[in-house]
Amino acid sequence: MDTGDTAWVLISTALILFMTPGLAFFYGGMVRSKNVLGMLMQNYFAMGLISVLWAIAGFTIAFGGTGPIVGNFEFAWLSDVSALDGAIPGMAFVGFQMMFAVITPALITGATADRLEFSGYAVLIGLWSILVYAPVARWVFNSNGWIFESGALDFAGGAAIHINAGVAALAVVLVIGNRTGHGSEPMPPHNLPLTMLGTGILWFGWIGFNAGSALAADGVAAQALVNTHLAAAAGMLGWLLVERIKTGHATTLGAASGAVAGLVAITPCAGFVGGVAPLIIGGLAGVICVFALAIKARMNWDDSLDVIAVHLVGGVVGTLLLGVFADTAVNGDVDGLAFGGGFELLKDQFVAAVSVAAFSFAVTFLIATAIQRTMGLRVPVEDELLGLDQSQHAESAYSS
Amino acid sequence: MKLITAVVKPFKVDEVKEALKAAGVTGITVDEVRGFGRQGGHTETYRGAEYQIDFVPKVRLQIVLDDDRVDDIVSCITNAATTGKIGDGKIWVTEVDRVIRIRTGDEGADAV
Repeated sequence: MDTGDTAWVLISTALILFMTPGLAFFYGGMVRSKNVLGMLMQNYFAMGLISVLWAIAGFTIAFGGTGPIVGNFEFAWLSDVSALDGAIPGMAFVGFQMMFAVITPALITGATADRLEFSGYAVLIGLWSILVYAPVARWVFNSNGWIFESGALDFAGGAAIHINAGVAALAVVLVIGNRTGHGSEPMPPHNLPLTMLGTGILWFGWIGFNAGSALAADGVAAQALVNTHLAAAAGMLGWLLVERIKTGHATTLGAASGAVAGLVAITPCAGFVGGVAPLIIGGLAGVICVFALAIKARMNWDDSLDVIAVHLVGGVVGTLLLGVFADTAVNGDVDGLAFGGGFELLKDQFVAAVSVAAFSFAVTFLIATAIQRTMGLRVPVEDELLGLDQSQHAESAYSS
Repeated sequence: MKLITAVVKPFKVDEVKEALKAAGVTGITVDEVRGFGRQGGHTETYRGAEYQIDFVPKVRLQIVLDDDRVDDIVSCITNAATTGKIGDGKIWVTEVDRVIRIRTGDEGADAV
């Protein structure tokens, strides 16, 4: 057992845990004031529900046994995980992966803002975590998983987390429909300072998310840390540049969105690229994601807080650019297009992205439809107009 | 008795208040209001979505006083609140039938 590696993974686990409250405030500031507690609650609730489900079944589905599609139940209830002891304890790996499992379904809440019934939401993310996230994590992060075996790379979850959650968000939006008043009533963010606070927490936590994914305190972790930060920085600049040219102003929400877009895009690449690549990946993500905002308007999808433009598109940008910039001088044994590896990795990355997207969309659509037709997933319109804070939780964020 | 109502720019409120105190006014009531006039609103942009904000924040002051003080106090407010730019606000004067001090029951000029 390596104490340095173990210490870094334990610290990274705490950093990633902090991202979910960060996400809660990132989203919470963007919704209307009558829905801010509903948004915070959906995110914090994931820390409760998903952690328990992960311990019972999620971890073993993702990391038990040797199957390429799903695991077995050898680690159910976290029994016998000492079998995974290596440089770090098996239990450290369990905790680290648990935090990934928690934040991934929480990403969906940005698209479905202001209109999910709480118990329907609870069943949605519970089923989603077991039926969608755990298998995809298996495919991508476990050495027996078929995507891992295929040669595709995903350092910290560009496909497994961001494409997966982004596509799932779209599927749920298609099932529940748009917010009442979408397109006709103004719905500006109610508290951008909360959003900026959340962005800072996300950025901070992402250091653990990406550099922790080295699962060691080594040069790859250091490279991943610097890449992560630089991509966020370049993403912010890219987004602000486009925004300034298009609308005349550099906005705080644009700075936050660009940084997150850069962070999303570098996630699959963090430990596999070096040199100027993180700046190109982050900067391109910032620029492409601003333009991707137009998709939802064109399609009339009420992806309320732009999970598609930031997480899905950012995840695709990072996953594909890894096929270009992967560098064996940094890590791994496959070079991307830019380093003489040809199109092989790019093809594998494309297959991984499309496979995760197709599986996630299909299963999420089925789960959401089943919940909507049985117990209900969307709030009645009078509860929506009253706001989730009062209708779902009998509370108000701001006393007047 | 008259009621003077003045709608002014929020950042001018302190100057108006000081000028009124200096002129011997013993009480004013203030609230934060929103509205539109010829100044119009502005646009805000969030992730490329433009929002037209029509209502501009203003402060409304209300002062009850004796008839013979009205001209004096109106010019006092005008001087303190003016910037010369559009959106400086309005003042209007209305008749007040009765004024009563709650603590003592005094009426009219004694109650102000």
